[in-house]
Amino acid sequence: MRFRRRDWHSHPPLIYADYKSTALRGPTRPLVPLPQSLSETNGPVFGAEALGPEDADLTKNGRKDGEPLGERIIVTGRVLDEDERPQRDLLIEIWQANAAGRYVHKADQHDAPLDPNFFGGGRCVTDAQGRYRFTTIKPGAYPWGNHDNAWRPPHIHLSLFGPSLATRLVTQMYFPGDPLLALDPIFQATPEGARGRLVSAFDLDTTEAGFALGYRFDIVLRGRLETPMDSSR
Amino acid sequence: MTRGQTPSQTVGPFFAYGLTPEQYGYAFRSLAGADLRDPAVTGREIVIEGQVLDGAGAPIPDAMIEIWQADPEGRYAAPRDRGNRGFTGFGRCGTGSAEEGRFYFKTYKPGAVDDRQAPHISLVVFMRGLLSHVYTRLYFADETEANARDPLLTSLEPARRETLIAEPSGPSAYRFDIHMQGERETVFFDV
Repeated sequence: MRFRRRDWHSHPPLIYADYKSTALRGPTRPLVPLPQSLSETNGPVFGAEALGPEDADLTKNGRKDGEPLGERIIVTGRVLDEDERPQRDLLIEIWQANAAGRYVHKADQHDAPLDPNFFGGGRCVTDAQGRYRFTTIKPGAYPWGNHDNAWRPPHIHLSLFGPSLATRLVTQMYFPGDPLLALDPIFQATPEGARGRLVSAFDLDTTEAGFALGYRFDIVLRGRLETPMDSSR
Repeated sequence: MTRGQTPSQTVGPFFAYGLTPEQYGYAFRSLAGADLRDPAVTGREIVIEGQVLDGAGAPIPDAMIEIWQADPEGRYAAPRDRGNRGFTGFGRCGTGSAEEGRFYFKTYKPGAVDDRQAPHISLVVFMRGLLSHVYTRLYFADETEANARDPLLTSLEPARRETLIAEPSGPSAYRFDIHMQGERETVFFDV
């Protein structure tokens, strides 16, 4: 089984002038097409047995002496491929800032408080329908040094493997109606027609009464490349 | 094809506590680290070390490298291969915990995975300032004959081919630097 290539009408370019640190870090030469072999069509597999019991609940997995501060949210959706095949039993890892817009990471110098009861890292494995679900705290916006008065819109980082090394994806999920999206060079680097796929949708059905707002976010990985031999399936 | 691919976004500068927590001293269990060795495996132990360098030649201290490789007998730990005995073949290392942005992996030299390709390790490279991850491959300088027959290596110009060859840097160590740009820009693949 082979996989479709990255659709560069969907993914941001490797150098994008408004996102300044791409200038010295993005490769300048064209990517060389690599015929997919076992090395690319296979990939690491992580099952539910690799995870801890509270890995998917970020409101619990960093507690020291109380509940984390901020707005509780539920983030859920399906992992699919381009042909809407559910991507089951696959690992999703997430990390994010706390409600004040501060990361636990030692290099984050933003002058906003850490929350002793919030860590910000989590993970889960999709179910048989490709569904995943996290309970967490809505992350805050934070300033960064890209340009004068630059602010990152609240976002959650996500990392997925999918069924192969070829389907690897690291992305960010944003929140609907955020005025910072129009000003954010990382979001804006994404081709216009694909940007909407990075924005979650508020969902009343996912919202739990008296507890947490719900957001839906589906993730679409590269689909299978049908060859004449397996087109009958 | 009915759904468009979810766009990639940069891993950003603060991935470490989520993806490589133990390496950076965070109290969260790592699912994969830089030491891939497993007591069930017999084979030649090697160390791979290197730096990721930007277009000005400066080491990048906030990149993450992932490696994916076969075991010493050329088998991947994956459902669609023949299967091996417990060696995951997958490792992760951030460039922010050692001096000068160095990364290293402790692993085994992989065997050839098929009759055509020389022994190699797949690498996936992520960093702040890189909006979509890039793929490359590491080949071994001491596999002269296999490298000379490898269809991918032989398809590249010699100067570009060199960017994929890890040179011995000790009795069981190989050096592999990743140049994001410049004259020695590493060959990156569209997989």
